[in-house]
Amino acid sequence: MSRHWLLLAPAGAFLAAALALFVIDAVDRDTTNPTVLSAVATAGGVVAAVASAVLLLSNAVATPAELFGGQLVVDGMSLIFTFIFGSVTALVSLASLDYTRGLPFRAEYYLLVTLAATGMSLMASANSLAVVFVALELSSLPSYALVAYLKHNRGSVEAALKYFLVGALSSSILLYGISLVYAATGSLLFADVASAAGEAAATYPGVLGVGILLVLGGVAFKTASVPFHFWAPAAYEGAPAPVAAFLSSASKAAGFVVAFRVFVVAFPIDAVANPSTYAVDWVLAFTVLAVLTMTVGNFAAATQEEVKRMLAYSSIGHAGYVLIGLAALTGVGGVDAESTALGASMLHLLVYGFMNTGAFLFIALGEYWELGRTFEAYNGLAEDAPVACLAMTVFMFSLAGLPVGGGFLSKYFLVVGAVGAGVWWLGAVLAVNSALSLFYYSRVVKAMWIQPPAEDREIDGYPPALYAAIVTAALVTVLLLPGLAVFDGAAFDAAAGLL
Amino acid sequence: MLVEALIAVPLVGAAVVAVAPNEYAERLALGVSAVPLVGSLYMYLAFDGSGNALLGGDVAYETFFEWLTLGPYAVNYHVGLDGISLPLVVMTTVLTTLSILSAWTPIDDRQRQFYGLMLFMEAALVGVFAALDFLLWFVFWEAVLVPMYFLIGVWGGPRRKYAAIKFFVYTNIASLVMFIGFFALVFGLGDAVGSTGLPEIAQALRAGQLGALGLPGTGAAIPADVLALSAFVAMFVGFAVKVPVVPFHTWLPDAHVEAPTPASVMLAGVLLKMGTYALLRFNFTMLPEQAATLAVPIAAVAVVSVIYGALLALAQSDLKRIVAYSSVSSMGYVILGLVAYSYYGVGGATFQMIAHGLISGLLFMTVGVFYNATHTRMVGDMSGLADRMPVTASVFVAGAFAYMGLPLMAGFAAELFIFLGAFRSTVLPAAPLFTAAAMFGIVVVAGYLLWAMQRSLFGPFRLETDYDVGRAPVHDVAAIVTLVGLIVLLGTAPELLYDMMSDATVDVVEMGGELP
Repeated sequence: MSRHWLLLAPAGAFLAAALALFVIDAVDRDTTNPTVLSAVATAGGVVAAVASAVLLLSNAVATPAELFGGQLVVDGMSLIFTFIFGSVTALVSLASLDYTRGLPFRAEYYLLVTLAATGMSLMASANSLAVVFVALELSSLPSYALVAYLKHNRGSVEAALKYFLVGALSSSILLYGISLVYAATGSLLFADVASAAGEAAATYPGVLGVGILLVLGGVAFKTASVPFHFWAPAAYEGAPAPVAAFLSSASKAAGFVVAFRVFVVAFPIDAVANPSTYAVDWVLAFTVLAVLTMTVGNFAAATQEEVKRMLAYSSIGHAGYVLIGLAALTGVGGVDAESTALGASMLHLLVYGFMNTGAFLFIALGEYWELGRTFEAYNGLAEDAPVACLAMTVFMFSLAGLPVGGGFLSKYFLVVGAVGAGVWWLGAVLAVNSALSLFYYSRVVKAMWIQPPAEDREIDGYPPALYAAIVTAALVTVLLLPGLAVFDGAAFDAAAGLL
Repeated sequence: MLVEALIAVPLVGAAVVAVAPNEYAERLALGVSAVPLVGSLYMYLAFDGSGNALLGGDVAYETFFEWLTLGPYAVNYHVGLDGISLPLVVMTTVLTTLSILSAWTPIDDRQRQFYGLMLFMEAALVGVFAALDFLLWFVFWEAVLVPMYFLIGVWGGPRRKYAAIKFFVYTNIASLVMFIGFFALVFGLGDAVGSTGLPEIAQALRAGQLGALGLPGTGAAIPADVLALSAFVAMFVGFAVKVPVVPFHTWLPDAHVEAPTPASVMLAGVLLKMGTYALLRFNFTMLPEQAATLAVPIAAVAVVSVIYGALLALAQSDLKRIVAYSSVSSMGYVILGLVAYSYYGVGGATFQMIAHGLISGLLFMTVGVFYNATHTRMVGDMSGLADRMPVTASVFVAGAFAYMGLPLMAGFAAELFIFLGAFRSTVLPAAPLFTAAAMFGIVVVAGYLLWAMQRSLFGPFRLETDYDVGRAPVHDVAAIVTLVGLIVLLGTAPELLYDMMSDATVDVVEMGGELP
């Protein structure tokens, strides 16, 4: 029993931080030192990340541990994702100390971040469709409020409204899908759904097929996959930049961990897309989604004139890369190739958690300095802020897949997985997109280092916490190039364990 | 541990130089770059390897430890040098030091960043030539792009931004094509390989262990021979962009013309060799049968590169463009030597990599020295430079003759080996015809180089731009004279490198080729 509570330490750390923030705020809300608030949230994230890493690397979950009658499961994959959530939460909370300076409701801000992170860590462990839905709502509701945090800013409020409406719609779609799956299989637990899926696909192929497709739609909303992506650029652009970092890194990863577990475990492709018992071929669906998401995300990013919007679309493009992990489950390459692809997706999300968060936090720095939104606003910034610009260069090139950071390895691992699964042409689509992404990512780099600086720019101090978060993210991104060795075995094992 | 030191010293040095004051950056960078230079010369003298590193030879300066797992494959940190890679490493360190010297005059802005990037690039280049694991090699291979992008983009000419992004995107997409081709091979090998180590994969491929690769949805599979052939083409195209061969060469003149002199030297001298080195290591070492099957089209591409590159050079009036296009021509010889698959062909191609690296580096540096003094590179804008800059002009003449293949210079030895090897090739049908056609390139080279020299160096002094032309600074002269010395040394005593090269390349040509 004690082992089980220990395994929930990552989620517990988030929850404890959230409750502590509640208490601190309730006791003395007028004189509370914002540094304490930020420190509590950051500590929650750090503890969650460290606990996940320790559990993961100490092999505590060599066999997955089921909790609460199988409603929750803690395994390698859930720990990898709680590590991502912890890291992103810590970086965002640290950076927000400077970003939210002088703004009201700071305790609520950190509280919402940690509560959303709690929901995400439950999503990582959810082992039944009911828990999936509850955890998803627990992470979504605080997110809506966070986007609207700058409540006197029209962009922020508009973004929140769009995000909320589309999010509510997607939740209801997901819920309807869950109910259809329940109707066809008679269970909500993944394992029971899986064992009933073959028979259900033979008896009620329509009900099960539509149910799976609706679940897929709900997940696609959460991960901002094309064509369910249109809320994302608006939400990321209008949200405060640290919140955009949180949503595009952690929240997206949470959507993916649900997708991985639900589809791989609950809807075995052999059972639901067998010629004799055919409900729906979700691998094909994810293949289409992956191609669309990669291509639309990158082409749209290439045409943007505002950096934050470019990052929003690039984040859609990266969701497309990660979808390869599911699209590669074709059954051709065997478990080896499939676990390579799925593990590569997890690793990409892990590296992405640092490099994308860092990039959005750099935008937060730009907003702090009130530089403006366009590429030109960053012209020649390297002269005034070389360290931050170097960090941003690392993020951009690592996102583009150049070997200055771990993004290089994880992206090429995805290509390897695709080739091994026989869908080498998906790798080729990624290749074309990746070359295109180099074009628009390097626009930022070009602006910072190559263009002459704007004349009348004044840099208003160097916010220490924001800088610390950016530099940390950059250091980890760089170290993950050689240091991916720490996680790669765990990721591929986790993927193999799932398959 | 010597290889690691050779990578780590410039890497750490790059970081130090990048934060040093601008006024000390150039001397600091020179000092840092001297360490790997001396180190690599020591490694050359103490070299005790034999055979080909990929084909079971004795690898010198080897390091091996486990790094990553990639699904079923182990990815190891594995570096080491053989007779092919060691000369390239030495050339890298030599050219880096000399280009840093040649940067002293023209680079007068953001010096610490410039020299930091040069050193970073040196580290990555050494890594490219030393890596014996595919993924490790690929890390270095792609890492080279980053400093070069900045070197062109920040310190380049008027169209530098366009040239930098073109170079970047062009070579990046080529790498991805190659990457997919290579991993299709790895998966085709199935359980025959357990790591991404190049020796393991090369030996498995040569032992004919390639199997079919499944296709999803259809139950069909790509048969082994089709797989090998398409992977060969994918890798060839990927590397051909880097070399570059016609028709993948269009990024090169843009990049060269806009790049500052030291970056041009590195680009022509070392970065192009990455392409031919990779062709030799991957296509021609791992898939000899496919290379033989495709010998005619490859030889045709090589000959077209030789002739068309030379004709393009003939049509230019910008000295730097002339040298840039003539590189396309010279690299065509390397491809011809490789595809000949004979003892002298592959050995000569390897030797040509070094010879061309030194000679094109020399010509770019000399053109740079002229430009520093005259601020023009147009042949029509100047004449009689030999009057004012006698030493530099003599060096340029020497470099031009080396390019034309004057005996006792490195270019002669290289081209002689290649022509000998290509002429007697048993793999390439109609080998004498291809060789004769390629030899015609030398005539064109002589044409444009003699024309350019005559117009710009000789006759009465005249300069369209309004600059006072005097003798070049000592450090510039030292750099170019050193290169002339090396070129003559390798021309008179090619065995200094050729012996170790042929020792490593002979295993590659064991099929089809003939021994002396």
